[in-house]
Amino acid sequence: MLDKIGVKKLDDLYSDVPAEFLHKGAYALPPAMSEQEIRDYFASLEAMNAKLKVFVGAGAYDHYTPSVIPYLCSRSEFLTAYTPYQCEISQGTLRYIFEYQSLICTLTGLDVSNASLYDGPTAAAEAMKMAIACTRKKTRVLLSKGLLPQVREVVETYARFHGVEIGYVPVADGQTSLEALKAELAKDDVAGVIVPSVNRYGIVEDHAGFADAIHAQKALLIEYCDPSALAVVKTPGEWDADIAVGDGQPLGLPLCYGGPYVGFMAVKKDHMRKMPGRIVGQTVDKEGRRVFVLTLQAREQHIKREKATSNICSNESLMALWVTIYLSLMGPEGLREVNRLSCDGAHYLYGELLKTGQFEEVFPGKPFLKEFVLKPKQPKLQERLEKAGFFAALPTEEGYVSFCVTEKRTKAEIDALVKAVKEG
Amino acid sequence: MSKIIEGLKYSESHEWVKVEGNIAYIGVTDFAQKEMGDITYVDMPEEGDDVIAGEEFGALESVKASSELISPVSGTVVLVNGELEDAPEKVNEDAYGAWIIKVEMSLPSELDALMDAAGYKAHIGE
Amino acid sequence: MKYYDKLIFECSKEGRCGYSLPKNAFPAAGELPQALRRQAPLDLPQVSEPDVVRHYTNLSQMNFGVDTGFYPLGSCTMKYNPKINEEMAALQGFAGLHPLMPASLTEGACKVYEEMDKALAAITGMYKFTLAPCAGAHGELTGLMLMRQYHINRGDLNRTKVIVPDSAHGTNPASAAVCGLEVVEVKSLENGRIDVEALKPLLGPDIAGIMMTNPNTLGLFETEIKTIAALVHEAGGLLYYDGANMNPLMGVVRPGDMGFDIMHLNLHKTFSTPHGGGGPGSGPVGVAQKLVDCLPSIRVSAFHGNFGVILRAYAYILSLGQEHLRKVGEYAVLSANYIKESLKDVYKLPIDGVCKHEFVFDGLINDGAHDDVPGATTLDVAKRLLDYGFHAPTIYFPLLFHQALMIEPTETESKETIDAFIAVMRKIAAEAAEDPNILHEAPHNTPISRPDETTAARNPILKYQEN
Repeated sequence: MLDKIGVKKLDDLYSDVPAEFLHKGAYALPPAMSEQEIRDYFASLEAMNAKLKVFVGAGAYDHYTPSVIPYLCSRSEFLTAYTPYQCEISQGTLRYIFEYQSLICTLTGLDVSNASLYDGPTAAAEAMKMAIACTRKKTRVLLSKGLLPQVREVVETYARFHGVEIGYVPVADGQTSLEALKAELAKDDVAGVIVPSVNRYGIVEDHAGFADAIHAQKALLIEYCDPSALAVVKTPGEWDADIAVGDGQPLGLPLCYGGPYVGFMAVKKDHMRKMPGRIVGQTVDKEGRRVFVLTLQAREQHIKREKATSNICSNESLMALWVTIYLSLMGPEGLREVNRLSCDGAHYLYGELLKTGQFEEVFPGKPFLKEFVLKPKQPKLQERLEKAGFFAALPTEEGYVSFCVTEKRTKAEIDALVKAVKEG
Repeated sequence: MSKIIEGLKYSESHEWVKVEGNIAYIGVTDFAQKEMGDITYVDMPEEGDDVIAGEEFGALESVKASSELISPVSGTVVLVNGELEDAPEKVNEDAYGAWIIKVEMSLPSELDALMDAAGYKAHIGE
Repeated sequence: MKYYDKLIFECSKEGRCGYSLPKNAFPAAGELPQALRRQAPLDLPQVSEPDVVRHYTNLSQMNFGVDTGFYPLGSCTMKYNPKINEEMAALQGFAGLHPLMPASLTEGACKVYEEMDKALAAITGMYKFTLAPCAGAHGELTGLMLMRQYHINRGDLNRTKVIVPDSAHGTNPASAAVCGLEVVEVKSLENGRIDVEALKPLLGPDIAGIMMTNPNTLGLFETEIKTIAALVHEAGGLLYYDGANMNPLMGVVRPGDMGFDIMHLNLHKTFSTPHGGGGPGSGPVGVAQKLVDCLPSIRVSAFHGNFGVILRAYAYILSLGQEHLRKVGEYAVLSANYIKESLKDVYKLPIDGVCKHEFVFDGLINDGAHDDVPGATTLDVAKRLLDYGFHAPTIYFPLLFHQALMIEPTETESKETIDAFIAVMRKIAAEAAEDPNILHEAPHNTPISRPDETTAARNPILKYQEN
């Protein structure tokens, strides 16, 4: 091969690199490991992590993953393919993305979904940019204080650099305050409002009147959702939202210390052309077969460059496949059952915790599903429970503690948790 | 050979202007639509928006490209060609019939800076 | 591959399901108030487990991956994805960790982050890495935010522009725009490299820095990098390195040593993690010491980044170790140059000379155009390659060349595979010269033929509609 190229040795291939930049000596890396050594090493790292029963949500939920999913997602034709640029040999990827888009529209009740984004918080940041792009003369986006802290922080970071002012809508009586929202809207500079469908206290919000107030000011309503809960709570479509975003992680993705997850975005038809991310569309080939292609590419960075609404290139394709298979296996009954089990388990825990006398209710009577907050009477509850083998009672900004129950938590586990609370 | 119509004004960025009193109809030339190929979408402003001579007012999109539309004159958009929303291919089929925006001009003297048919023909070098 | 036309919705039958959940052991918690309940029908597919498995298995068989065959997609570094990485990423002791668990309970995970930071710093010559960004473009954005934050922290609020070469990938100017920076383009010379004389007048007190890659998007090493770095630094700007082209430098050159202040890496390119059909990826960002203080104020993702991807990359780095790192760079460059030299008599090579890990052809030398028959284009060549069982190279990028065909073989291909590719490319060139219609009509041997993309964009159908 060297002969063909016309050089004598491999080093000659770098003859155009100034000599001072050619690294001399060894790199500061450990010696190469064989497969078995890698296995042993990772096993030792694994052992350094605690194995706790997870009773916390706060944006990452320990829902059950059907065994079929990792099996199918590890098929190398899915795993080792790249973006479906050559659609004739990528119909697999294109079709499951089309299915994913359809399913996200079903869940959210909106018209068009993209092929996925990185995660929930960045999807919210993209929605923030979209609102500015769609409303043009407006410069401010409002965030509900009921949104998860990571959602607010990511949106704030993007906004800071993008030149967008962020305003806040406080929580009153357990949810985003419509009155406070109206006061902010009256300043007539709002492009969009991001509110949680189920907020960080676990409470299912009532958004009656929100769309009307927001649309009257020619702004966009953006709902940040838990897609699993959308099986049972009112959808963004039903709230007349313009954009729905969130993280698909609760749909069977493992916790995996925070990633990879998958952001989703669905919009009303009117906003389709300003939506970021890849989109798959249906068409026909020369023989009239039904085929799928990446479409509406003129929106994207490789064509619009600095005029694109977003810089996003990759999506989280394999995780979108994960979600698609999850929803296909669960179906409507399965997803409702996941919510039923989680909700009943959470309410059982809620009642048992109150019985211990160690908590005060924060939002009595407010509707919640699988997550809730309480005010602890004793400090350092999270640490005490950790020693007993539970990850629970995550402190919130206000000093409440947060619990979450999913269908993976058994009654025995919950009873053990309550016992640990009592004994502390 | 690209079609060029006498009596219209032309910009360097391949827009044409048809003047009727104080009103300017603006579209893209045959040369422009050929360059773009199959047009899949026309990104248009809204009625009531202002346009400024030399600045972008929209875009033409094809499967693989996006091309800015530059306004030849300044003024206010009084009408947008709604037909192009569902049938962007009309621009390919009849570039001079498919006007994109109808503008009430604020500074008609800007028309003097535009080319006539012969000047545009020389500009595209055909 | 065979054509399989179903969608999951068409496999659905009322009453079927593919899940298994435990019985409800709890007292009923009651319903949500009516006003908060979903009223819209929940039209999810109802499919049994075997049917779900068959459906997705059949879909996968219409897909081409690195494991299927040669995938010379320029600028994407489609190297082989080692399976030991997959095994490590699936370990339950990692997969079951909640991201908000405190460091004292996740020492293993934290150690992975520490070690990765050290390893990436050693490989690139940067001082410290954040592993939070989820993809290359995400890393670019994060890097540009750090660039702006650096100047803001120094009280220099006028640096609102960033210089980007005209050969840059679209994500570069897009990231700059998202970050609130104005893009100033610098021209390339005929030899494809940045024109240093054209750069000089662009530098001033309003320039935050320059965003570039080395080798550049044409696969050519920017030989003037020392001068460029000196000029930019003198003007008070920073140098950002787009690490998409890191592969040829592995074990040979470090961006930090060339003067770059900020960079991102693509773990799904250079560090062998699988592309997944378009993600998940991971885009760690490294900074020089002077930027370390800027890191805490930038929050770009939900938690700690794509940990599952990071685990895979970590296993890869451990398997390379000190001894094998250099082979990655050397063999990537060897393979690319070999292909270039073997095909430059039938494909137009706009810029001759030693390339790095990839190079660009500008279409066929003889495209067979005659009478009314148009010549074979780069698109036609790409589609014809599919017939021969290869994935096409990157086409129509960079924009500098109208019939651009960007080939990146990577270091993980055997000589036999590369020779087979060369033979097929020569065959296609011969076919074009004889009768370009063979290429115009391609592909012939794939499950579907060329799609009608125009109708797809004019009348978008973006979700399933029951007929």
